[in-house]
Amino acid sequence: MIDRRQFLQATAAASLLVGAAGLGPLGRVAAQQRLTQADLLRFGAAGTFTLLYMTDLHAQLPPLYFREPSINLGVGEARGRPPHLTDEAFRTRFKVAAGSADAYALTSDDFIALAKSYGRMGGVDRLATLIKAIRAERGADKVLLLDGGDTWQGSWTSLKTNAQDMVDVQAALGVEAMTGHWEFTYGADRVKEIVDKAPFAFLAQNVRENEFGDAVFEPRKTFEKGGAKIAVIGQAFPRTPISNPAWMIPKWEFGLREDDVQKQVDEARAEGADVVVLLSHNGYDVDYKMAGRVKGLDVILAAHTHDAIPEAQQVGSTLIIAAGSHGKFLARLDLDVKDKKVSGYRFRLIPVFSDAIAPDAEMAALVGKIRAPFEKDLARELGRTETLLYRRGNFNGTFDDLICQAMLKQRDAEISLSPGFRWGGTLTPGDAITFDALANATAMTYPACYRMEMTGAQMKAVLEDVADNIFHPDPYFQGGGDMVRVGGVGYSIDVSKPVNQRISGLTELKTGKPLDADRKYVVAGWASVNKGTEGPPIWDVVEKHLADVKTVRLEPNTSVKVTGA
Amino acid sequence: MSSTFTPSRRTVLSAGAIAAFAAALAPRLAFADEKMVADEIKKLYGDKKIDAGKIKLDVPQIAENGLVVPITVDVESPMTDADFVKAVHVFADGNPQPGVVSYTFTPDCGKASASTRMRLAQTQNVVCIAEMSNGALYTAKAEVKVTIGGCGG
Amino acid sequence: MANPTPRVRVPAQAKKGEIIEIKTLISHEMESGQRKDSAGKTIPRQIINAFTAAFNGKQVFAATWHSAISANPYQSFFFKAQDSGEFKFAWKDDNGSEYTSTSKLTVA
Repeated sequence: MIDRRQFLQATAAASLLVGAAGLGPLGRVAAQQRLTQADLLRFGAAGTFTLLYMTDLHAQLPPLYFREPSINLGVGEARGRPPHLTDEAFRTRFKVAAGSADAYALTSDDFIALAKSYGRMGGVDRLATLIKAIRAERGADKVLLLDGGDTWQGSWTSLKTNAQDMVDVQAALGVEAMTGHWEFTYGADRVKEIVDKAPFAFLAQNVRENEFGDAVFEPRKTFEKGGAKIAVIGQAFPRTPISNPAWMIPKWEFGLREDDVQKQVDEARAEGADVVVLLSHNGYDVDYKMAGRVKGLDVILAAHTHDAIPEAQQVGSTLIIAAGSHGKFLARLDLDVKDKKVSGYRFRLIPVFSDAIAPDAEMAALVGKIRAPFEKDLARELGRTETLLYRRGNFNGTFDDLICQAMLKQRDAEISLSPGFRWGGTLTPGDAITFDALANATAMTYPACYRMEMTGAQMKAVLEDVADNIFHPDPYFQGGGDMVRVGGVGYSIDVSKPVNQRISGLTELKTGKPLDADRKYVVAGWASVNKGTEGPPIWDVVEKHLADVKTVRLEPNTSVKVTGA
Repeated sequence: MSSTFTPSRRTVLSAGAIAAFAAALAPRLAFADEKMVADEIKKLYGDKKIDAGKIKLDVPQIAENGLVVPITVDVESPMTDADFVKAVHVFADGNPQPGVVSYTFTPDCGKASASTRMRLAQTQNVVCIAEMSNGALYTAKAEVKVTIGGCGG
Repeated sequence: MANPTPRVRVPAQAKKGEIIEIKTLISHEMESGQRKDSAGKTIPRQIINAFTAAFNGKQVFAATWHSAISANPYQSFFFKAQDSGEFKFAWKDDNGSEYTSTSKLTVA
């Protein structure tokens, strides 16, 4: 857009947080003295209204550690483009000083030391403080709070309450609309039950009943804030029935439905919308492509791929906002509307440093009430870790290594498979592995740890299939997420090759021998999308393993060799 | 939550888990190929020239369920008595048999567009031929990926 | 197999010259002839092989379905409303049965 003028050239986030740079050796107290709630909230309200956006909370109520990926490869046109930058490349691109609070929040290297300085992040009571403060500053009638989904799943309390805990938290935060993905793993009936009663809208233009194609949810909703009419179109995760159990939502079909997004935009404009927002669970690279093809979108609020990008990205006249995950960030976008058009914006990705923000008393009480019935389980210490346990990374994460080892040992398997989920917190060396932390990496409605036989050829076919979902050069063919984690086996992957040509050198780690294409191997895995999968829940398998080993010490995983990046 | 689980090392392999991969790993026996589709088209139209264009073939990039893949064919035409779309044929080059559906349109349709749902046994191309009332032929092709999934986010 | 039941959605009313969408569904296994039973014997093909739509007795749209068409086959198409009248939809089964359904359209 030619007439779009950015209020600030450098984002507020970058300019403010550079002030906290170089604190590394000063330690945590110094860091906390420098970083205050007021710093985090400082913005300078601008324009007609404020859009607040949070996404992929994965049911995290208390603050947690969450390490961003050190490997996040982009393929095709996305190569080297945000969010496919990590560590030094990321800091250079966004002018983030090494060792700064921003570096801690947004990158992965030096994580252990920085975690000591800056502490845990997120916590819905801290989010509540920020949201309330911004509403007070701007006037509640000028603030729109949206949630990108993957809010209801990812903790023991959300699993045990069938997501009621998160629905209550969303209501208390004053969420006005959301869309979904993992939400659907509670099954069609439960989703409908929540949506019918919830005080916020559940928007999903791309979910249809699979007979006559009728809409299952409201496709969009118009809000009036600061006198501007804002149409919000919901886009649920288009690949839900492939990535998650279709049998839990047997009468619904999803899909990208790009033409229908365009129809929604056109209808919204015809109804007089000043601003059109896509609340999208497409995943970032899909959103980026869609932004270049659908005309008339002012803002895409990106979710699913958990990317935290400290500046608004722009494709043509569309802004894309990527607000991270797990409550680590609250995105604030002030939009100026003139002559029924967006004429300018100011953006800040606010990092939720839990030690710098006073918890909101009401929300803290609600969290306490939600967790109280489960507190005994949550606090139970299963073991300790001497090394960093984390999830994110295209090929492996140490938390997944732990899960894969547990499956090999406890299920007496030769090979183990763990899905490339991007949710689940991080534990730092010396931390207790509580049941709470284990549930944060495993809690879901289809947790059975199966045991089956697969030939070497089948193993390769599975890895090829999953790799194509991540490294297909056309984002519309991607499913998001990371490579399936493999225990007991190593392999090489050339991410630049086409399907069925990426994976080679499958090797049994124990013997150092190549995998025999025709031999059957005993494979353990979990989170099968198939109905009737049998086996103990994965958290029981890991708990038993921790009871045996007591202390976890994981050396860097070198079993996957990556080329073509 | 109690941890009373005893590792059942001899648990019978789960049927569901095996099915997880069966679709993608079915032996490639007796499936159609590009040549079979070309032969079918030849049976219908001989060696007549076929142009690209005029057809919008709407299929998902990735099938949510290979047993139920939506397909919409939309052919550009005024649909008048003098100028309309007579027929549309849809083929798939990776199914046991190449034929999917054939449509007969009339000017009464007002619009040469139709939707149905099809089975696709594996990742393959869907090929569409439209025959206009003046005998002109057009074609369009689209790949549909049939996958076992994999999830992150 | 339960008796196939057609379901059709046609707008009851249309303006003269308006192009309306007609959506049809029929419950049917659409046995492809490519599946084997537990004894390894091929289950014989039984599908609905043809769908036709006529308006006031004149055929306006037809589809020939092959075994790649999904169970409970869906078919939608368009129709340009000119006069009031009646649609007759017919589905032909491999076993010789024909299933029909009618819908009225009023053109204002």
